Amino acid sequence: MNAPIISSRRDILRYAGAAGALIIAAPLASCARRAKLEQDAPPPALEWFEGEIGPFVVINADETIVIGSPNPEMGQGVDTSLPMLVAEELEVDFDKVRMVQMPLGLKTGDDGEITWKHVPQGSGGSTSIPENWEALRRAGALARTLLVAAAAERFGVPVAELTAANGVVTHEGTGRSASYGALAQEAAAIAPPAEAPALKPRSRFRIIGKPQKMKNARAIVTGRAVYGIDATLPGMLHAVMERCPYFDGTAISVDDSAARAVDGVVDVVKVRRPPLDGPYDVQAEGYAVVATSLWAAMKGRRALRIEWDHGPYADESSESFKRHCADLLSGAGRIARHDGDFDAAFAGAAETYEATYWEPYVSHAPLEPQNALADVRADAVTIIAPTQTPSSCNRMVAAALGRERLDVKVLPTRLGGGFGRRLSNDYAVEAALISQAVAKPVKLLWTREDDLQHDFYRPAGMHELKAAFNDAGELTGWTHRLASASKYYRREGLPEDEYWTSEFWDDDFPANMTPNYRLEYFSARSGAPRGSWRAPAHTANAFVVQSFLNEIAHRRGEDPLALRLRLLGEPREIPYKNHGGPVFNPGRLAACLKLAAEKGAYGEKTPPGRGRGIAGHFTFGGYCAQVVDVEVDGDGRLKTTRVVAAVDIGSVVNPNGVIAQLESGVNDGLSTALRLAIEIEGGRVTTSNFDTYPLMKIADAPPVIETHIIDNGDAPSGMGEMGIPPLAPALAHAIFEATGKRIRTLPIADQLRA
Amino acid sequence: MPQLKVNGRRVDYAGDPDMPLLWFLREEQGLTGVKFGCGAALCGACTVHVDGAAVRSCVTPMASVEGASVTTIEGLSDGETLHPVQEAWLEEDVAQCGYCQAGQIMAVAAFLEKTPDPTDADIDDGLTNICRCGTYHRLRKGVHRAAALRAGRAS
Repeated sequence: MNAPIISSRRDILRYAGAAGALIIAAPLASCARRAKLEQDAPPPALEWFEGEIGPFVVINADETIVIGSPNPEMGQGVDTSLPMLVAEELEVDFDKVRMVQMPLGLKTGDDGEITWKHVPQGSGGSTSIPENWEALRRAGALARTLLVAAAAERFGVPVAELTAANGVVTHEGTGRSASYGALAQEAAAIAPPAEAPALKPRSRFRIIGKPQKMKNARAIVTGRAVYGIDATLPGMLHAVMERCPYFDGTAISVDDSAARAVDGVVDVVKVRRPPLDGPYDVQAEGYAVVATSLWAAMKGRRALRIEWDHGPYADESSESFKRHCADLLSGAGRIARHDGDFDAAFAGAAETYEATYWEPYVSHAPLEPQNALADVRADAVTIIAPTQTPSSCNRMVAAALGRERLDVKVLPTRLGGGFGRRLSNDYAVEAALISQAVAKPVKLLWTREDDLQHDFYRPAGMHELKAAFNDAGELTGWTHRLASASKYYRREGLPEDEYWTSEFWDDDFPANMTPNYRLEYFSARSGAPRGSWRAPAHTANAFVVQSFLNEIAHRRGEDPLALRLRLLGEPREIPYKNHGGPVFNPGRLAACLKLAAEKGAYGEKTPPGRGRGIAGHFTFGGYCAQVVDVEVDGDGRLKTTRVVAAVDIGSVVNPNGVIAQLESGVNDGLSTALRLAIEIEGGRVTTSNFDTYPLMKIADAPPVIETHIIDNGDAPSGMGEMGIPPLAPALAHAIFEATGKRIRTLPIADQLRA
Repeated sequence: MPQLKVNGRRVDYAGDPDMPLLWFLREEQGLTGVKFGCGAALCGACTVHVDGAAVRSCVTPMASVEGASVTTIEGLSDGETLHPVQEAWLEEDVAQCGYCQAGQIMAVAAFLEKTPDPTDADIDDGLTNICRCGTYHRLRKGVHRAAALRAGRAS
C-alpha cells in the first residue's frame, strides 16, 4: 500500500457538524448528509458519500446510528468487527448499529504528500484489526465524549456526573436523560477536547470479545448486497476485453470490423500493454469491446479477429519451468541468510536429512470475476470497484490517466472474494482507460477465463531442504534452497538480487533455533505474472518446512509434535523483522500445538486407512496449529474427516469472525492442496475455468472443524490468513500416517491412486 | 412477443434467443442477486428456479424459458418472511463474502423440495455449488437447520 499512515491523531479525530447529525472525522462535513437507512435495508454501498457522510459515526435525530467501516469487506468480516471497535467506546447497542462502507479518503498532508484522510483503508496482510484497534476505539470515545458534553450543557451539570450507556446520556442526581439522537446536533457544535479521551480497560468491554454475526447477512441472503459487478451509473456502457493470452505478447494484426458490426457495439478500444521493465498497471495488451449492453459486448468480443505474437516466453510450459527450477538448484544461488556454517554442520553431522518439494502456480479465483466501473470526465474521475486497496487503485488510475490523485474518487464495493487478487487494480486501470477513450461511464467485466488466465499467481517453486542433527539429537543445521519466480519483480528500485525477500521471510521458524542456518534463493525466469495469494509465502514455506519436520521425526523415530516442541523451546520473544513482528514467541506457537493436539486427540492410534497429522505456523503476528484427520480407502480416495485448530491472535474482537476465518482458511488450504494448479503451455496459461481449476465442493470439505481460541489479551493481530498455512502440511502428515505415502508435490491430485 | 414469468410477474422478451437467462435477469430485470461466476454451469452462483427446478442460468438460453416461471433469490421469500433456507443461513451465519450464497440458497431450496430430510451423504451428492470462501462447514449446518425449520413450518 502506498499512502503513508496518518500524520497525527488530530487528523483522525477531527469533527464537524451538520444539521441533526454528529459527524466524526469529516473535514468536508459542511456538505454532509445523513444516511437514510431503514431496518434490513441493504447497505448503501453504492450511495456515493464522497466525504459527505462522516467517517465512523453518524447519529441521526431519529436515533439511527451509522458507523462507517473504513476497510473493504471481502468476506473477512471487517464490516462487522471494525464498527464493533467504534461501538464499544460509543456506548451503543450494537444490534442498533448500521454499517456503511466508506469511500477512500485521501488528502494532501502538511508535507504536501497525499496521505490518508482518516485511517489506512486497505484490506490485506491481515492488518485491518491491528491497524484500527486503537484509532477506531478513539473515534468512538470522542463521539461519546462530545455527546456527554452536549448533555452537560443542556442539563447544566458537570460532565463528570453524567454517564453514557446504550445510546442515552443520564444524570443520576436529577434523573434527567437525553438520547444520542436528541443530543447529536448540539454535540456537533462542541469543540473536541484537547486531550483524547481515555479508552476503556479490557475488563469493561461489552462488545469487543463477544461473538457477533455478520452485520450485512440479511442483505446477502436476500440478494440485495451490492458488489462491484452490480454497480451502475446513469448512461453507463458495458465492456468486455480480449487480452493477449501470451505472457508479454502483443497483437500482430487486429480485425475488429465484425465486432463493430454487432448491434449495440459502440467502439473497440485498444488498451496498451504494461511497461515490460517496471510495475504493472494493466496486465496485458487487450482490445475492449464497448457496447450498450453486456450481451452485445460479449458477442462483439467473439467477433474480434486478433492474431497474437507469442511473446518472449513462447517456450514456457509447466514442465519446462519445473525443469528450469531443478537446473537452478544444481548451481549456487543468492544466500539470503547464513548463520554459522551450514556446510560444516552438515558434513560433521551424526544424522542428515534431505527432501525436495514442488508447489505449483495457483490462482486466487475470487468467485466474483474482476470488474470495475469507471467514469472519466474532464473535471473528475470516479472508480467504483471491488478493490482491496482503494488508495493503490487511486494512484494507479491517476497515473494511467495523467490526473491528480485527489481528482480520482474511489468507492470500494463489497468484494466477492479477494484472497490477494484485488491488491492489484489492473482491472480498474483498464476500465478507466476505456472510459477515457469513449468519454462515457463504462463497466468492465472479466469472464472466468479472463480471471484464471490473467491472474497474478502465487509463485510456483522447487524447495530443497536439508537438516543436520548431532549425536545428542539436536538440530545443528538447516538449509532451505528455493528456486521460484518471485512475486517481487518489475518493481522500481528492486534488483534481482533482492527478489528473494518476498519468498523467504528470513526470521521464520526454524531460524534462530539452530546455530547453522542458511537460506538460498534462485530467481527463476517465468512469464507468468505473480502476486500475493492469501498468506503469500507462508503457504508455500509452511508446507515444506512442516512437512520436512514430519519426515525427519518419522525417520528419527521421534514424535513430530515432540520434535516441534523441543525445537520451539520455552516461551520467549525472538526478534522477527518481517511483517507480523517485531517479535515471534515460540511459546505461543507451542501452546497452539499442544492445545490442538489435546483437543484433536493427537497421538491416539488410528485404525488402518486413517491418519492424523499435525502442523503449526506463525503468520503475520498470529499463531495457528491444526490437527487433521483423514481416511483413505483402497482406491486412494481421500476424505478429510475432521480438523481441530488452535489459534492465538492476541485479543479477539469478534470470536465468531475468528472462527469463520479459521474455517475459511482450512477449506481454502484443503481446496488448494487437493487439486489446484495453474497449467502453462506455449507461453500462456491453459487453465481456463472451474473444470480445469476445480475449486473444492462441499463433498470434500471436512464435516467437523473445531476452533479453539487462546485469547491472552495481547495486542491483536488479524485472522484473515493464519488459518491456511498449517492445513496442507498437517494434511500431508495425516495422509502419510494413513497410507505411508509422502506428499512432496502439490496438488495431491491423483497421487494416492493405485 | 415471447413471455415468461419472473418472480410471479409476467415479462416480455423480444431479444436474442441465445442470450443466457442470467443476463436477462441481471441486466434487463435488475435482479442482481443472481450472480455470474463462471459462465459454464460449473460454480452455481447463477442458480435460479425455472418451474421449480434449480438451473444454472448462465447456460440457460432465453429461448428455453419461453412460458416458464422463473424465481430468483429476490423472489424466494414470502414478503418479509424469509424462506427457511434464508432463515437458516442467518441463524448459522453462513456467509463470508456472500457472493455465492444466493446461488447456494436457491440450490438448497430446490434440493430440500426433493430431499426434505437430507443426510450428510445426500448433501455431498446433491449440492455442487462452489463457495470460494469455504463456508461449507456452516453451509452444511445451514442445510440441516433449514430442513428442520421447513419441517416445523409444515407441521
